[in-house]
Amino acid sequence: MSKLTISDLNLYYGDFHALKDINLDIAANEITAFIGPSGCGKSTLLKSLNRMNDLVRNCQITGKVELDQEDVYRDLDINLLRKKVGMVFQKPNPFPMSIYDNVAFGPRTHGIHNKAQLDEIVERSLKQAAIWDEVKDRLNKSALGMSGGQQQRLCIARALAIEPDILLMDEPTSALDPISTAKIEELVIELKSKYTIVIVTHNMQQAVRISDKTAFFLLGEIVEYNKTSQLFSLPQDERTEKYITGRFG
Amino acid sequence: MENINQRTWKQEWQSRRKNPLSLVLYLLVCGAALATFSGILFIVGYILVKGIPHLSPSLFEWTYDSQNVSLLPALINTIYMTILALTMAVPIGIGSSIYLTEYARRDHLFVRVIRIATETLAGIPSIIYGLFGALFFVKFAGMGLSLLSGAVTLSIMILPLIMRTTEEALLSVPDGYREGAFALGAGKIRTIGWIVLPSALPGIFSGIILAIGRIVGESAALIFTAGTVAEVAKNLFSSTRTLAVHMYAISGEGLYVNQTYATAVVLLVLVIVINLISELIARRLGSESSDE
Repeated sequence: MSKLTISDLNLYYGDFHALKDINLDIAANEITAFIGPSGCGKSTLLKSLNRMNDLVRNCQITGKVELDQEDVYRDLDINLLRKKVGMVFQKPNPFPMSIYDNVAFGPRTHGIHNKAQLDEIVERSLKQAAIWDEVKDRLNKSALGMSGGQQQRLCIARALAIEPDILLMDEPTSALDPISTAKIEELVIELKSKYTIVIVTHNMQQAVRISDKTAFFLLGEIVEYNKTSQLFSLPQDERTEKYITGRFG
Repeated sequence: MENINQRTWKQEWQSRRKNPLSLVLYLLVCGAALATFSGILFIVGYILVKGIPHLSPSLFEWTYDSQNVSLLPALINTIYMTILALTMAVPIGIGSSIYLTEYARRDHLFVRVIRIATETLAGIPSIIYGLFGALFFVKFAGMGLSLLSGAVTLSIMILPLIMRTTEEALLSVPDGYREGAFALGAGKIRTIGWIVLPSALPGIFSGIILAIGRIVGESAALIFTAGTVAEVAKNLFSSTRTLAVHMYAISGEGLYVNQTYATAVVLLVLVIVINLISELIARRLGSESSDE
C-alpha cells in the first residue's frame, strides 16, 4: 500500500505552470528517486509534500496529496505534517547553536523537555545518522565548526530526531565531496528499513545505487515512473532513454 | 627563514612606480585614513588636555549650585533618560521590524509606506523632534517639561535607527535557518524566537548602541521637552537636564569654560565606556551563536 498518494497535482508559480497533472504513488519503506534536468519541477514536487511551497508567494496548488489516506492540504495540521514528513535540504543548514541543541530543537519544539529523554533522542539520532562517533565528545560545540559532510549528516540527524514517517531529501549530496556522498548514500540505504525516503538527485548513478523506484521529470511532467532497475535498463519512453544516456539535459 | 609571501618595501615601491595611478590612489586613501585618525585624535586629545586638570571632587557633588557646577545630577539623569527612551523604543522598534521582515509581504503598499516613513524620520534634524515634542507631549498631552516628555521624544527619534538596523540584521539571517526550522514542524513564533532573533542579536545590538550614542549626545530635542533643571529627577514628571544639555547650559553662561571641558571629559568617558561594554556583550552574544 502506498504511503504517499499524489493525485492530479498542478502547481503554478504566478503564470508559470511548474507541475502538470502529477499522479504518483510512493510506497512505504522504499527509496524513491526524482531525476531530471534543472528546472523540471522535481524539487518543487518534493516541497509540495511537506508544504514548504506555502512559503513561496504566488504559488498555487490544485489537486490532492494524501499521507496514509489523510489529505495533507485539507485535513492535517501543517506543523504536525512537517513532524511526520522530515526534510533535508540541498545546502546543509545547521542552526547556529551547539550540535546537541541542533538535534534537540525538533523534539523540544514538539514538547519534550526532559533532559534524560532528550539525551537519549540526541544520541540515537546521531547514531542513526552515522555521525555519533565523530561528535560525541563535542556535543556542546557549535555546529558551524563542522565540515560540510558532517553538517549534512547532522541535518539528517536533526530530521530523524522527531521520528518522521517520511524523509524528503533535496539533492542532499550535491554540495559534498565524494567521500561524504558515499557515507550519506550508505546511510540512506540503512534508513530505508524504518523510513520512507524520497530523494531528489541530479546524479543518475546515485539514483541507480540507492533507489528502488525512479521518476523521471521533464518540463513539469512525470515522463516515466518505474522500478529503478527497469527505468535505467529498459526505458519505455524515448525522452527517458535520451536523458539517461546523456544525450540531453 | 625568509617569508617569501610578504612583499618587501622595494618590491612594493617598484610595482607602484610602474603604475602611477595606483600610487596616487594609494597615497589618497592613506591620506584619508590619516586625516580621519588625526582629526579624532586631535579632538579627543584637546578635550582631555583642557578638561582633565579641571576634574575635581566638587564636580561630583549630589546637588548642583553655581559654586560647584556639579555634573553628577546631569550624569544620573542621562542614565535615566537613556533607560527610559530605550524601554519605549527598543520593543516597538524590534517588534515592527519583525513584522516587516517576517510577516508582511515585502512589496505590500503598507510596508512601503512604513519604510518611506522610517527613512524620512531618520533624516529629520533633532531640533524638529524637539519642537514636535514641545508642542505635542509638553503642551497638548500636558506632560510638561519632564523626564517623560524628553524620553518619549527621544524614543521617537531613535525608532527609525533601531528599526533599520534590526531589519537589516533580520534580513541577513539565512533563509536556510527559517526553512530548517519550519521543516521540523516549528511554528512561526518558535522559529522567530529561537532561531531568527538569536542569530540577529549582534546586529540588533549594534543598532541599540548607536541609539544610546544619539540619546547621550542629544541636546536640541531635550531642551524643549525635558527642560534644563539641574537636579536628579525625582519622578517621571520632573524637569531634568542630561549631560549634553548641562554642557550646553553651562558653556552658554560663559563663566564655566573649564568646568565645561571637564564635563566633556566625563561625557566622552561615558560614551567610550558604553561602547566598550556593548562591544563586549555583542561579542559574547556573537560567539555564542557563531563558531566556537
